[in-house]
Amino acid sequence: MMRFMLLFSRQGKLRLQKWYLATADKDKKKMVRELMQVVLARKPKMCSFLEWRDLKVVYKRYASLYFCCAIEGQDNELITLELIHRYVELLDKYFGSVCELDIIFNFEKAYFILDEFVMGGEIQDTSKKSVLKAIEQADLLQEEDESPRSVLEEMGLA
Amino acid sequence: MSDVVERTLSALPGLLGQHDPGAGPGGAGGPGRVSASSRLGSLIRSITALTSKHEEEKLIQQELTSLKATVSAPTTTLRLMKECMVRLIYCEMLGYESSFGYIHAIKLAQQGNLLEKRVGYLAVSLFLHENHELLLLLVNTVVKDLQSTNLVEVCMALTVVSQIFPREMIPAVLPLIEDKLQHSKEIIRRKAVQALYKFYLIAPNQVQHIHDKFRKALCDRDAGVMAASLHIYLQMIKENSSGYKDLTGSFVTILKQVVGGKLSADFNYHSVPAPWLQIQLLRILGLLGKDDPSELMYDVLDESLRRAEINHNITYAILFECVQTIYTIYPKSELLEKAAKCIGKFVLSPKINLKYLGLKALTYVIQQDPSLALQHQMTIIECLDHPDPIIKRETLELLYRITNGQNVTVIVQKMLDYLKEGQEEYAIISLVGKIAELAEKYAPNNEWFIQTMNAVFSVGGDVVHSDIPNNFLRLLAEGFDDEKEDHQLRMYAVQSYLALLEEEDKLYPQKFLQVMSWVLGEYFSLVTDVDPEDILTKLHSLLKKTFVTSETKAWIMAAVTKIASHTSCSKTVDELIQELSSSLDTCLRQYAFELKYLCEDKALMKSLLPFDASCSDLVVDASLSFLDGFVAEGLGHGAAPYKPHHQRQEEKLSQQKALNFEPYGLSFTSSVSSSGVTGRQSPTGLSFGSDISGNSAETGHKETNTLKLEGVRKLWGKEGYLPKKENKIGKENEQETVPCESLLAGEVGEPPALQPDQGASLSEEDKEKQQLASTLFIGLGSSAGVSLMGKADTATQKFKRKSKINEAQQLNEEALDFQNSAASDFGPLLDTVPINVEDSEGSMHTRLRKASPCSSDIVEDNLAFETPQSVRKSVLDHRISANRLSQSSLFADSNIEIFQPSSSAQCESASEAPLVPSLPEELEELPHSEVVRLCQSDALALHLCKVWTDDSLLLIVFVSNETTSALHAVNLVFEETEHFQILESATLQFPVIEAQSVEHCQKCVRMNKVCTKAILPGSVSYQSEMEIRLEFSVTLSLMDFIRPMEMTTEDFGKLWLSLSNDVKQNIKMSSCQDSFPAALDTLQQKLKLHRVDVIGNEGILACQLLPSVPCLLHCRTHSGMLALWFRSPSAALPDGLLYQCQKVMEESSEQQCLP
Repeated sequence: MMRFMLLFSRQGKLRLQKWYLATADKDKKKMVRELMQVVLARKPKMCSFLEWRDLKVVYKRYASLYFCCAIEGQDNELITLELIHRYVELLDKYFGSVCELDIIFNFEKAYFILDEFVMGGEIQDTSKKSVLKAIEQADLLQEEDESPRSVLEEMGLA
Repeated sequence: MSDVVERTLSALPGLLGQHDPGAGPGGAGGPGRVSASSRLGSLIRSITALTSKHEEEKLIQQELTSLKATVSAPTTTLRLMKECMVRLIYCEMLGYESSFGYIHAIKLAQQGNLLEKRVGYLAVSLFLHENHELLLLLVNTVVKDLQSTNLVEVCMALTVVSQIFPREMIPAVLPLIEDKLQHSKEIIRRKAVQALYKFYLIAPNQVQHIHDKFRKALCDRDAGVMAASLHIYLQMIKENSSGYKDLTGSFVTILKQVVGGKLSADFNYHSVPAPWLQIQLLRILGLLGKDDPSELMYDVLDESLRRAEINHNITYAILFECVQTIYTIYPKSELLEKAAKCIGKFVLSPKINLKYLGLKALTYVIQQDPSLALQHQMTIIECLDHPDPIIKRETLELLYRITNGQNVTVIVQKMLDYLKEGQEEYAIISLVGKIAELAEKYAPNNEWFIQTMNAVFSVGGDVVHSDIPNNFLRLLAEGFDDEKEDHQLRMYAVQSYLALLEEEDKLYPQKFLQVMSWVLGEYFSLVTDVDPEDILTKLHSLLKKTFVTSETKAWIMAAVTKIASHTSCSKTVDELIQELSSSLDTCLRQYAFELKYLCEDKALMKSLLPFDASCSDLVVDASLSFLDGFVAEGLGHGAAPYKPHHQRQEEKLSQQKALNFEPYGLSFTSSVSSSGVTGRQSPTGLSFGSDISGNSAETGHKETNTLKLEGVRKLWGKEGYLPKKENKIGKENEQETVPCESLLAGEVGEPPALQPDQGASLSEEDKEKQQLASTLFIGLGSSAGVSLMGKADTATQKFKRKSKINEAQQLNEEALDFQNSAASDFGPLLDTVPINVEDSEGSMHTRLRKASPCSSDIVEDNLAFETPQSVRKSVLDHRISANRLSQSSLFADSNIEIFQPSSSAQCESASEAPLVPSLPEELEELPHSEVVRLCQSDALALHLCKVWTDDSLLLIVFVSNETTSALHAVNLVFEETEHFQILESATLQFPVIEAQSVEHCQKCVRMNKVCTKAILPGSVSYQSEMEIRLEFSVTLSLMDFIRPMEMTTEDFGKLWLSLSNDVKQNIKMSSCQDSFPAALDTLQQKLKLHRVDVIGNEGILACQLLPSVPCLLHCRTHSGMLALWFRSPSAALPDGLLYQCQKVMEESSEQQCLP
């Protein structure tokens, strides 16, 4: 089971964090800080896997953004690497060639996509098509939902 | 794909100024692109533009203040609230607390439309943790959304449930989620299964009743739902693999279909069919096939290996899982061969990730297949100097698994080098532990051992596990068989510490200083050429250092006191006393005063601190019996008898008729450890301080001491350090096998690394590496030679080892022992079963009638011991023992199940299997257990029988020679543990045992430290071609040592008042056993208690722990409860008996309540 996922920039700014196992706030902050330091200190040609505390960490850098997953002892490292890759593919497809700025400004969308893709620390839907369909469906509903509401609001204001 | 991302900006602030990211660099604005001109956008932009952390803080605080005002204003629309939540999430991500918004997040999830609800749920799942009190407010919303007709709302509710949900509220939503398993949309079914998976993880008992629904999910027509259910199954199988063996076939079929590409292309990932699903199934199969023949799986595993051949990471992921599964399940040679090849592919890959996994796989299989390490030795050597520390660490892990007496120095050196490069805490802890373990096991000599341990303590610092210093000191203190060696080791330790302390300003970790001061205090006199005054000066200067903690100072003071007791007046000691008498640290001050007074009476001091007595037991009068006179006098003058705290409280409560807030059922283990007063001396050796002052440091040691020593394997002195002879033999083997390996190496096409002569054509560097290889893989040489000659088939080699006992000394002895015993266990069972059937036929009638009380009668530890046949026999014996009641004084008033085979059975077993030992006649009459086999090799077998005499527990050990020639120098040793003491001597020697004959001997055992059950380890060794050793262990329980104690009511009354340790407990009696006499009978029979007197609903019983520690029990019934009150001079005994009482009462209530 995945324990948590972090996205952070090369400058050490956290962009997204998702915890799948209840962890105290204080510990979270400490772990994020420590792990960022460890990962950022690693050189480009080094192995993507780390043994860190009692966990295994799998990370990969895409442009200026690091994607970093902590998994448990028995989990498969390589498939986790592919999980990260599939997530990036999803983001890319959704935003249309994604960049760090998309994730900075629309981080809630990045969370929604992740929630549709991974649930409770386990991969939920491996099909790119169906994940995006689910997200778009929700987005669509919202837009339909939104327009009458804004008219009403205007009326209310008037 | 990554190229696309690569195109994006590297410098953020520069770009921000130039264009609006809302338009996006790709230009193809997705459906969800929010304009960066929003308030969030401006917030982010202004933060990125800032240069200092301080400014950021200021800006965020401003933002938070304005947000706080907005969210709490009643006019705020939900739409604005949504925007505020996103901003709050952003602030939290930057590390700023915004708890004022949490409640609004919940409100938003409750009241908002879809868009707002989604943000509300997201905010809740990011802000709150599982135990947050606000979470309860979410339950209602979730319930409402689960019932919604809008699919998106249901999906959101399921998502949030799987992310965060209060455990105790699961029942509120469980039925709704169960319903969703029948939903027509597969996405809902899938999410419902994953929500249940989460519930299973956080509260498995809450979903216990719906296991059949999991099965339905497994059979779902949609592959996605089925895949989701595998998460639950993996978890359940992890916990109990035997319960799901029947599903093996189904999992194999599913995997076959997946591998065969039967799933829709939607599940493909880079044209590989459903890799996540495959890996999940492989893991499940690995767990299911662990100990059983796994015929069903072989085909599909082979297929998986074959199909996964395209070079992509995802196929490697599957291959890796396949290899692990193949090595985990019951072995199959062809598959192992293929898996080994596969590992080779990983190890030799130029891609660093694959290489790392290759090393991991090697580490995993190395013990089964050491030759594989030899094949890849050059790669391993290269990895040892890899620039990536992770690769290095994995390589060291691999080497750790192949360490033996010959390569230990090189490997430990490599590990220490790695540590010195500076690692994070977790790495240090684990590696230091490994080094210490290897050093104890394989140390070639004293100097090396001490030096290595010094390195461990200085590099490991204070993060080392406290086991390490404790074990090390214990080892020094207890020593091993050879006095001279002990002496040398201790002397060397003292010398090396003195040398280390020579350097004035060096900082050593606290734990190291503690070890040093204990050793110096205990063994300073072994070094004759150093003046004790010098040592005292050094310790004195340490006491003055500020970096030394007060805990360490306590250790140092203990050392000083010990040294002082063996020197006539010392200036340093006087100085020290003077200095510390006014110390601000109360503990130190106390030590100083103690030292001062002790110094005035040297004779007393010497008797108090004898030399090298750290291992001798201290007799502590835990009952404080020397105060008995004082107490009696007090009572005589009319003082109220002492009542312990909990009793007083109970009485007070019962007077007030208030609720009883005390928890029922005292946990036995905790009470024993807290009252383990009679344990070994604490490592500081200064118990006079600890008892009175109770200072925290001292009691701290005591606790860790009693805790850690249990279950710690003694590695030193057995296969590890002592048998130097064996090493020599090993080396001779080495020389023999090396040539034959190099011959074959040419054929196999391997670099002949073990042959230094061939290095002529190689470069310097390669030569160096080869040299290293030959030192590292030295121990593996011989076994590899064997495997190479055996048609170079590594896989069959592994197989052979499973079925046949290999005599090679290099192999893992433990594994051998296990196989031996496994194989031998079948023998006697088959031999004796027919006899028993015959025997029991006659008593069939009685058995049927008495079945239930009988099985309950078996003394608890017998259960652990006896095979089903003896249970059957015991039915028969029940009758016999009833007839013999008058003969046996000990169990005269009880029906304890005792093994007393009828004479006819004995004759038959004797004639059929001559080597099954039987008890000598004089013991046959006494109550005793079944004869069980302890261990066996092909030459010798060991059997054991417990005999419970009135005043002791006798262990009768039978040593049978199963060969056709005489065995010489058979040596039987019981190891004394902290729990048990062997009377007379713990060793037994048989100079010779004739062929096909059985020798027996008996040992009387005492329980020193009360425990419910513990293991008494031992070993037997004999001389055949070389010395062979077998280890065994005997489980002894408290009840083996409890006997009834006869006394009159008056004696009972007197004794009762004089005893100080008492324990009270109420046990609930079930409705069907509420008669008081029945309860008393149960206690009397099962616990061997003597019934002293019964008056109305009160009864008194007495028993003793051998040799003569009494324990008195007073019991009383009131309103369905049985109140037990124990008293004993031993602190732990009442707890132990209470535990047994609770157990037998529970058992008997279960039986009696059965219809």
